[in-house]
Amino acid sequence: MQHTIRVSCSRSNLKTVRDFVAGVLQEHQLSDILQNQIILAVDEIVANLIIHSNQEDEHKHLDIRVEIADHEFRFEAEDDGQSFSPTEYRDPDLQEHIRIGKKGGVGIALVNRIMDHVEYTTIGTRNFCRLSKRLP
Amino acid sequence: MKIVPHATTDTLTLALDGELDASSSVSLDTELTKPDVLDYRKVMIDCQRLNYISSAGLGVFISHLQRFQDAGVKLVFFNMQDKVHNVFEILGLDSLMTIVPTQQEATAV
Repeated sequence: MQHTIRVSCSRSNLKTVRDFVAGVLQEHQLSDILQNQIILAVDEIVANLIIHSNQEDEHKHLDIRVEIADHEFRFEAEDDGQSFSPTEYRDPDLQEHIRIGKKGGVGIALVNRIMDHVEYTTIGTRNFCRLSKRLP
Repeated sequence: MKIVPHATTDTLTLALDGELDASSSVSLDTELTKPDVLDYRKVMIDCQRLNYISSAGLGVFISHLQRFQDAGVKLVFFNMQDKVHNVFEILGLDSLMTIVPTQQEATAV
């Protein structure tokens, strides 16, 4: 069964999305650590879409779909903000971040390390981000 | 996110209560940016009630660590829940930051 939620592009909705994903995961009795990892990966993607792709414009929305099927967690976010180009992405050097006091830029690294599959697609003006992870 | 500060002459303890995400981490950043934080010998972060941390929360600690080190202030985390510790581990931050199990050990650092 697919679960959907639509949120406006405000940081205050990050908690709303985390609670939504937690609700979907709840009945699958995952370990605390695995459940937290999946919620974290979703939160990182949603935060990037709200803050960077859509500049926290509350008139804009994200459409989020989540399902668990065939022992796999699947997530999709759809928006019409600025598209993300994964080819320009560089894995962060944490020691360098510490040295220069850099605040951001480690979210996508978390997503890439947690999820089995991460995909960004743009069709016309619509961007789709899809994540999936095998469940035990 | 609630931040409860407790200060002794040389140690500032901040007890974090709630979830540190891209929305709530701003208040923690404000707290750690205060100039008088650098007057302490040690800043201890009590994570017992920290139920969640995202990259934005990690980023706040990453961005202050060097400033603290330069000022001779130790940053020590204690009472961290396994699921939160796991997030530090995913990035290898557990080996770049001082995380100990108990308050007693944090005091001894």
